[in-house]
Amino acid sequence: MQNQKTTEDVALGIRRRVFEHAMRNNGGYLSQACSAAEQLAWLYNEELKLGDPTLPMIPKPFEGVPSPSNPDYHTGAGYNGPVEPQFDRLFIAPAHYALVAYATLIEVGRMAPEGLEMFNQDGSSVEMIGAEHSPGMEVHNGTLGIGLSTAAGLAYGRRRCGDKGRTWVFMSDGEVQEGQTWEAVQACAHHGIDTVMAIMDVNDQQCDGAMSSVMEVGDIKTKFENFGAACIEIDGHDLSAIRDAARTSHVGKPLIILARTNPFHTMSILEERFPRLHYVRFKSEDERTRFNTSIAADLGVDPIDYAH
Amino acid sequence: MVEMVSRPYASAFEKFAAGNPDILCLSADLTSSCEIDGFRDRHPDQFVSLGMAEQNMMSFAGGLGLAGFRPFIHTFGVFMYRRPYDQLMASIAYPRRKVRLMGFLPGVTTPGGMTHQSIEDISVMRSIPNMTILETGDATEVESICEAADSIDGPVWCRVLRGSVPRLFDTPIKVGEMRELSQGDDILVVTSGICTEEAMRARAALAAAGLSIRHLHLHTIKPFDAKALLDHIGSVKHGVVTLENHVTEGGIGSLVAETMADAGIGKRLIRLGLKDTYAHGGSRPYLMRYYGLDALALVRGIEDLMGECYNITEDDLAEARFDDVHSLVKAEAL
Repeated sequence: MQNQKTTEDVALGIRRRVFEHAMRNNGGYLSQACSAAEQLAWLYNEELKLGDPTLPMIPKPFEGVPSPSNPDYHTGAGYNGPVEPQFDRLFIAPAHYALVAYATLIEVGRMAPEGLEMFNQDGSSVEMIGAEHSPGMEVHNGTLGIGLSTAAGLAYGRRRCGDKGRTWVFMSDGEVQEGQTWEAVQACAHHGIDTVMAIMDVNDQQCDGAMSSVMEVGDIKTKFENFGAACIEIDGHDLSAIRDAARTSHVGKPLIILARTNPFHTMSILEERFPRLHYVRFKSEDERTRFNTSIAADLGVDPIDYAH
Repeated sequence: MVEMVSRPYASAFEKFAAGNPDILCLSADLTSSCEIDGFRDRHPDQFVSLGMAEQNMMSFAGGLGLAGFRPFIHTFGVFMYRRPYDQLMASIAYPRRKVRLMGFLPGVTTPGGMTHQSIEDISVMRSIPNMTILETGDATEVESICEAADSIDGPVWCRVLRGSVPRLFDTPIKVGEMRELSQGDDILVVTSGICTEEAMRARAALAAAGLSIRHLHLHTIKPFDAKALLDHIGSVKHGVVTLENHVTEGGIGSLVAETMADAGIGKRLIRLGLKDTYAHGGSRPYLMRYYGLDALALVRGIEDLMGECYNITEDDLAEARFDDVHSLVKAEAL
């Protein structure tokens, strides 16, 4: 697919769509759009080598879970194009970023805007916590910390098959609290799996609040390096820094890019809700109105007419 | 005298897997304990050491499945579902990956105590959608478990016996079927795994007491042929006794109970196995006696069902095999 927009424009478009959705629905994963928009925009608009989508622009409804009696089951990976040796794969490891990931698919022309209207609607495949069958998803990652291991296994298998494509993982920093993340890194290092690439949204936030107050994780760059990964830390809102980071040499090791981000980036009024940013639901009509006016101004759009 | 086969899994797995590029042998630091050390040494390209890190191993195996491989995971059964249950669910069972979960040391076949004894795995696996469950009861079944498991389009949980294993059967596992070991019409005895040999030990004494026993051995626990079981239940006068190397909740005792209840069968059922208890560490014959999983426990269960005492004692039963805890065919005393 040809790039239609600059990556900056894709990132802005993601935030506008997530903002509009949150205003209409009286809440949403706003902060994740603030921190992660550049990373997802860069992945889809520049870095990932993907084929054209194989699934309809307007997502089909939920068609059942995998079972022997559901032979036509398929995942949502078709929005990332076909599974072929030369193409990259992407796992959204924190499936709670699904709203932001769906907005990204729309901005890069892989899903119709109608898809976002189906978000979290009963009977829809566009689920709130991205499921295997949700657009752009290939595995269940709602249980945090399993994404990197799955990518490691897939990448190991693809290497045996001689595939040229890489296996990318979009990660969240809260996942470093899970032991499995470290098991996955050591396994990649032990087996020299260097086709695993991860970019981690290091926004220092988790469900209960600031990570430092929930469970201090310390110097994760050094920890990743000690477990055998190549690790580079950059400003996650600086696209040229992200581009350079992805070129870091990592022979025989997985590459983990720590994208340091601001959870209120481009939506400054969100700081009022710190440290509870995981899911922002407006507490009053007054608050909703103030956020609407403020964020709309930040993003250069008119306030959302959510009454209609 | 029953034939004993040394390390049947070791040779069976190597014969089945070696040279098949789609099969990978995964191990979690229990390679010789799971009898795949020879395979590792002779086929290192198909061997993937994942260390003592089962959570990663389960999701890694899911990723291998996504890449088109059929991983055979080898570790003690208990380590494959208790800690990494979430990964088993999300990375293997839900997406129906063709992962073959080779669980060694089922139930009380280890003196390792609570942490090593998988006493509720069948109950757990039966409640997981998409999961198939196979259990080996003799050397022939161990020898055929790889082919049986690999014939399944989805994940398979296998209870595998190791070390010195008796040969009771001369035909391989046929997935979905059950073995009819005797055709009596008084009582139906249903067993699986190592308990089948126990029931066979009691056969002569029960016959001498005038009881006609119909004996079924289950190697396929899920999917399960309920109709075949109901036909057998319909063929006996008095009722059913189950005996399993597992807690009586959720295992084959429950399976039989559910099948009977669903069909409205009014016959009595005695479920023998671990009765809502953990076990502790000890030799297999000791544990089977202590927890009521052996031939004598089956006799007592049948007496309970019949409301009679047949005066059968240990001396009337075929001799129990007593494996040396420090046998050379085992990597360690576990």
